[in-house]
Amino acid sequence: MKIVSITKTVHDWLFSIMPEGAASIVEMVLIAVAYLAFFAVAGLYLVLLERRVAAWFQLRLGPNRVGPQGIFQTMADALKLVSKELTGTIKADNFLYNLAPYFVIVSSLMALAVFPFTQEFQAFDINIGIFFLIAISSIGVIGILLGGWSSNNKYALIGAMRSGVQTISYELSVGLSLLTMVLLTGTLQLSEIVEVQKNGWLIVQGHIPAIIAFMIYMIAGTAETNRAPFDLVEAESELGAGFHTEYSGMKFAYFFLAEFINMFIIAAIATTIFFGAWLSPFGITDSIPWLGVFWFLGKTLLLVFLMMWFRWTFPRLRVDQLLTLEWKYLLPINLVNIVIMAILVWLNLTIKF
Amino acid sequence: MSYFSDIYNGIKTLLTGMSITGNYFLHSRKGAITQQYPDNRETLKMFDRFRGEVIMPHDENNEHRCTGCQSCEIACPNGSIEIIWDRQLDPETGKKKKMIDKHIYHLSMCTMCGLCIEACPTDAIVWAQNFENSVYDRSQLTKVLNRPGSKVKAGIED
Ligand code: SF4
Ligand code: SF4
Repeated sequence: MKIVSITKTVHDWLFSIMPEGAASIVEMVLIAVAYLAFFAVAGLYLVLLERRVAAWFQLRLGPNRVGPQGIFQTMADALKLVSKELTGTIKADNFLYNLAPYFVIVSSLMALAVFPFTQEFQAFDINIGIFFLIAISSIGVIGILLGGWSSNNKYALIGAMRSGVQTISYELSVGLSLLTMVLLTGTLQLSEIVEVQKNGWLIVQGHIPAIIAFMIYMIAGTAETNRAPFDLVEAESELGAGFHTEYSGMKFAYFFLAEFINMFIIAAIATTIFFGAWLSPFGITDSIPWLGVFWFLGKTLLLVFLMMWFRWTFPRLRVDQLLTLEWKYLLPINLVNIVIMAILVWLNLTIKF
Repeated sequence: MSYFSDIYNGIKTLLTGMSITGNYFLHSRKGAITQQYPDNRETLKMFDRFRGEVIMPHDENNEHRCTGCQSCEIACPNGSIEIIWDRQLDPETGKKKKMIDKHIYHLSMCTMCGLCIEACPTDAIVWAQNFENSVYDRSQLTKVLNRPGSKVKAGIED
């Protein structure tokens, strides 16, 4: 495991004052807490961003009262949610009911560990990085299914079942479109994928099939996060609030936050795989490695914005349309695309600088 | 072959939609329809068809157009209007005729349906565009629409 080198001094200090085993555990806990704190706040700001962007798309102004330009709005919302009573239903399966929100939030936070935010700034550089991401991002749906099942509410159950259908279908497309890119990189390890992209971002290297793969990935990724136009899971007009109908207070906030962190994760995966992660365009800031964080977050936020754009433009799909899109269009195109990419790599037709 | 044209059309229409919303997004600063209400209280003007409350306009001679025909009172589905009238001697012709004493309007009961205004044969009552109608005492919502000392404009009844 590669440890964040920015905290190298902390690392050395910890190892000097305690035995090795204890030191590495303390270190892991410290990193986990830092990530947790950072992404809880980042999630809140993503919610705010979403609300402002949504407002602008609809020619409104959005929340702009709490603090300058409303920057404390979601903080205040979170405080309100923390202080609210956690109500539950009598017939709910209590153990699963209470477990579900943690399942969802933990699985989405786990995925954050593997992203290379900049050179050497990666909490966990596992050699099956992409595989790990795909696996983790589909675990979240278990939390949704648990929540829907255990709250003993027909709307919640229907919402959860739809979520299951959706995730099982679109997981394929996410996986296959990432696999297309893996053909180019020849590795699953995220740090090495970034290394490969020093000769040009993968979306440039792989040109046509890469662009097709990117489009499929964005569509399937949006579906994966259960956001509009794929938000049948919590279709307000049909299902109340969907799988989290029975949740209140902080447990509801976990679901809500997880949705936004998932959106960030999907955008971050796309940034890492297609747009060169922390690499700057044309290498303009290669001499200052820590600027990579800004490039990474900038690209990710741009893709997050793209997903918000989808959400506020397209109407919701029906279940049959959802499945038609996946099984009749995305999947066959994806499979053909993999073959094209394989031929491209075989004949060395990729663009490299 | 409709498979491929479907894909093409699908992508094209999605992009059309995105360009429209993107256009809105870029122009949201100038075009925002949100009214930041208490801040722009001075400049906020409601649109013409806004139904604030029923009023009776008076001209500079303190004359209104209400003849006391009671059409509005009958038209009102929930009895928000009461006309108090009597027969008085017309100073010009010397004949007795029907005149209003008070045109009482209960804003608290009004549903803003507009039937009274449609029913009025002489257009004596109209919609006002004010909207800050909250008061601390319910009795303040009962209003007398004709001003004290006002009289009907000459020639309205003909
Ligand atoms: S607007 Fe309708 S409810 Fe109100 S006074 Fe006129 S007729 Fe009655
Ligand atoms: S307001 Fe119009 S309808 Fe009502 S009594 Fe006067 S003239 Fe008749």
